[in-house]
Amino acid sequence: MAEFKHKHIIALRDLSKADIELLISTAESMREINSRDIKKVPTLRGKTIINLFYEASTRTRTSFEIAGKRLSADTVNIAPSNSSATKGETLADTALNLLAMKPDIIVMRHAVSGAHYFLANKVNCSIINAGDGAHEHPSQGLLDMLTMKDHFGRLDGLKVAIVGDITHSRVARSNIQGLTKLGSSVFLAGPPTMVPPGIEKMGNVTVCGTMDEALQDADVVMMLRIQQERQGKTLMPNAREYSRYFGLNPNNVKLAKPNAMIMHPGPINRGVEMSSSVVDGDQSWILKQVENGVAVRMSMLYHVCGVDSVE
Amino acid sequence: MPTEKTVLLDGAGIKRALTRIAHEILERNKGVADIILIGIRSGGVFLADGIAQQISVIEGKDVPIGAVDITLYRDDCSGNLPHQPVGKTDIPFSLEAKKVILVDDVLYTGRTIRAAMDAMMDFGRPQSIQLAVLIDRGHRELPIRADFVGRNVPTSQKENVEVVFDATNQPIEVVLEK
Repeated sequence: MAEFKHKHIIALRDLSKADIELLISTAESMREINSRDIKKVPTLRGKTIINLFYEASTRTRTSFEIAGKRLSADTVNIAPSNSSATKGETLADTALNLLAMKPDIIVMRHAVSGAHYFLANKVNCSIINAGDGAHEHPSQGLLDMLTMKDHFGRLDGLKVAIVGDITHSRVARSNIQGLTKLGSSVFLAGPPTMVPPGIEKMGNVTVCGTMDEALQDADVVMMLRIQQERQGKTLMPNAREYSRYFGLNPNNVKLAKPNAMIMHPGPINRGVEMSSSVVDGDQSWILKQVENGVAVRMSMLYHVCGVDSVE
Repeated sequence: MPTEKTVLLDGAGIKRALTRIAHEILERNKGVADIILIGIRSGGVFLADGIAQQISVIEGKDVPIGAVDITLYRDDCSGNLPHQPVGKTDIPFSLEAKKVILVDDVLYTGRTIRAAMDAMMDFGRPQSIQLAVLIDRGHRELPIRADFVGRNVPTSQKENVEVVFDATNQPIEVVLEK
């Protein structure tokens, strides 16, 4: 029987194909709870989950909070604006102080890639990564894959185009790790300043010269947000020019397969990476992604709670 | 040590037991009105199908069937055992004021039934919950008893009772392993 053996979920790179399939299939079962009148099961009663978000987030934090509550865990949110980080406390000190409150899981978002590995060595509770720098965002990768499975019924043999600022995108990296492990191929397109050299070494990944090349016959088109907070002014001339070369609009979307899914991790800059008519169009799965987010996060919380020994 | 297997019921025996349970359910509830069968994953779901078929043969009416997976309601989740994969719960109708008949293959400690009853309460307030099992092997750890029993089998706690299903989920036999 499938068994999840990881105490922490920090990166999809650390998980096997079987681990990823188990997390997704559990999420499919969890989804039924979210459609009940009484949206709660007693599974994680008595567990304490701390959501520690060093970066702004509405969707992911709310989604983790709801996921914890639907499993009957007690969830506490800590944001940097009202925590000691602004007073100069280090991450390690913050973590040790939180540990004094005996949490079972810390869900953390942090601007530094790999901060979670550092934390995992300092604490005895489970760590779940809700996004670290430009490294990974495993819950987003998993919910994207669950949404693709909803539409196609499988996750192998799909052609997935990811377009935009690949360099700064942890969403892209988690999707590349997960999708290539499950047998799909990923095609990347973006301004050369936003595509890191050597990324094709991550697996079945092709870097395309133009956006059209990536979109051609794609099963899934995943548009990334232009992360204005993460870059200087030098990576692209202006939003209008970006939109002309790397924006998804009603014309170039026709290059993808007729039943292709259009996805976006949100929040969307309408008119920049996607035109409004595509965001709200028939092929858009963007809101379904958000809905699946809760179920995927319930699955992650459930499985890390069943593991005591260090992996 | 090689395990010793005894066949407690064969396919025909199982069918006779399910037929009798179907009759008893109808007798106790005076027909099929408001009856809902809920099978406990995984064996109970297939047996609930069998009972529903018999009810349909006897009364000429279909009863709604649902499935419940009790993994998320287990009482050992807070321990450090690896968490089991979660199966799908499928109850696409309200249980409000219905007569719910839980169906399981083997009744043992009663902990599964406790979990299933908690799950039922999250779907509304049934008029009643009744329990039908193919085998009651004893050794209850909770104050729970079955309303409809296919066969009572005295066992020791070292033994294992299993209902075996074929590839099409039809029950073939019940075996006792020593």
